[in-house]
Amino acid sequence: MTAVRCVDLCKTYRQGEEDIKALDHVSIDIAEGGFVCLSAPSGGGKTTLLNAIGGLDKPDSGEIYIAGRRIDNLSKGELAELRLRQIGFVFQAFNLIPVLTARENVEFVMQVQGVPAGERQKLAGEILDEVGLAGLDDRRPADMSGGQQQRVAVARAIVSRPELVLADEPTANLDSKTADGLMELFRELNEHHHTTFVIATHDKRVMSYAKRLIRMLDGRIVDDIVQDAA
Amino acid sequence: MNLVFRLAWRNLWRHPRRTWLTTGAMVFSNTLLVFMIALQFGMYDLMIDNTLQAFTGHLQIQAPGYKDDQKMRQTVADIVPLAESLRAELTTASIAARGTAFALVSSEERSYGIAVFGVEPEFESNVSTIPGLISKGRFLGASDAAEIIIGAALARNLRVDLGDELTLLGSGRDGSFAAAVVNIVGIFDSGVADFDRSMTEIPLGLFQDVFYMNGSGHHVVFDAGGIDGVAELQSRVGSLLPPGQDLVVHDWDALQPGLKQAIKADMSSAFFMYGILVILVAFSVLNTQLMSVLERTHEFGIVMSLGLTPGRLGRLVLLETAIMGALGLILGAILGGVITFWLGIRGFAYPGMEELAAKFNLPARFFPQVSAMTLLIGPAVVFLFTLLAAVYPALRLHRLHPVEAMRAV
Repeated sequence: MTAVRCVDLCKTYRQGEEDIKALDHVSIDIAEGGFVCLSAPSGGGKTTLLNAIGGLDKPDSGEIYIAGRRIDNLSKGELAELRLRQIGFVFQAFNLIPVLTARENVEFVMQVQGVPAGERQKLAGEILDEVGLAGLDDRRPADMSGGQQQRVAVARAIVSRPELVLADEPTANLDSKTADGLMELFRELNEHHHTTFVIATHDKRVMSYAKRLIRMLDGRIVDDIVQDAA
Repeated sequence: MNLVFRLAWRNLWRHPRRTWLTTGAMVFSNTLLVFMIALQFGMYDLMIDNTLQAFTGHLQIQAPGYKDDQKMRQTVADIVPLAESLRAELTTASIAARGTAFALVSSEERSYGIAVFGVEPEFESNVSTIPGLISKGRFLGASDAAEIIIGAALARNLRVDLGDELTLLGSGRDGSFAAAVVNIVGIFDSGVADFDRSMTEIPLGLFQDVFYMNGSGHHVVFDAGGIDGVAELQSRVGSLLPPGQDLVVHDWDALQPGLKQAIKADMSSAFFMYGILVILVAFSVLNTQLMSVLERTHEFGIVMSLGLTPGRLGRLVLLETAIMGALGLILGAILGGVITFWLGIRGFAYPGMEELAAKFNLPARFFPQVSAMTLLIGPAVVFLFTLLAAVYPALRLHRLHPVEAMRAV
């Protein structure tokens, strides 16, 4: 089954007097349980593609399917619902809510999903244990290291067991040891929960974890390699 | 505590100084509104009571049509026995009969047109404050004595004093010539220029003789003790009217329509000022919430990317505002309530108030009226406008695009 399918995506930005082609006739299929890295230099189109797959940005043309459902023609509300139920996001800058504790940050998405309080607390506790943050539940983001914050962000992204996790430069703000730890965690989740991961990065070490590496340049796919993960 | 509520609460305290400044503006305006509205309503009650207790009373029995066209012929027959029976039936002494005529009053030197009221000397003090405002001499004695009390301004105008004689000339009920010579036994000083210049009182017995009233009069006046009991008393009096006699019972509103109009006019100008105050507070809230939304654009972008709709985010902003508004409401109502309650016991006055109060026949101290309505109406309006002020920042979130919002610093 295909988790993500993009057909002939195009997206052009206007920058000053110049039109920048962020996506230039991009077509890809990502299978369920895939562990894919999108690699490109800055401005190569990887974040634009990730945002389009996640329904955060609409392509100028082309079609996008998530788990067989076309999403490029959905309304804002339908896209929000899709992200809430089916997609987990991990960002470069952690992006936690600063006034909430680690546990509350993880619970927040579940609260919006309407998960009952008891179940929410149980799941949040479990997922924080799973990402190695047992005992840090009540810390606020400002009291945690970058690696710990990114783990909370991962916990938040996967707590409701989404079919797809999109990560944009998830290790950019982490030291190499913490970055390796995070990638191990991603791989574990991919293997144990069969979650599909699409990771935008230009970090070679991150790419080495991928089962499939898609290289982009100037909005086009220039290479699509299936590789043995590290 | 609900997680969304917790988030809203903590968001408020990200900038404690800003939140306290905005809440402080609400507390200040709520306190002021509670005090001003309580003072205003207390003053209106006092104005009504004092005006009515001065002379008009809370209720009057009259002949139909007399209120709008005061003709001598439109009388209440056997008015003294009627007043007596009503006093017995209602077990109160605060009922008195009166007659009214217009006459020319002359001293040795001058003449003026005046109103002459025939009153029951033993009961008049129960329905009017005029007997208590005698500054020289005494009030009227026997019901048929040739006595008169006049206002201080009229005494000055006529150049008369206690013991002097006045001649009254007017028309009797049947149109005949009415005349009497009366002695000044008292001079009153009500502080109301109109009363003091043109009003006189003589005993009702003498009035009926001089103006050929044949036992009749024009008003039976009631003091209900306060405006709260007027409606009930009016319906009781209506049921006690003698059968076969065409009479009407008017309440104070019908007797003194100007009083309610004056209150309404005062209310309009006061509420206009309150409106400006509330709008200023609303703009302060709008400014705070707009800043709060703008500085969290990046954060809102993130939560939108997690699947929150702009509607949910808007509700979060409204909840934050509601919490701040509720704080302002509670603290303002408590503070305003305490100040108002204290002044409600002690009374409130400011320099120069005595003269102003005397002009409207009011006491020199005002007593704010503390009630659930005066405590809550102002703060509730501020709360409502606070919420309305947050609608614009909340609606702005609908224009937010997650990707652009996340790029915001």
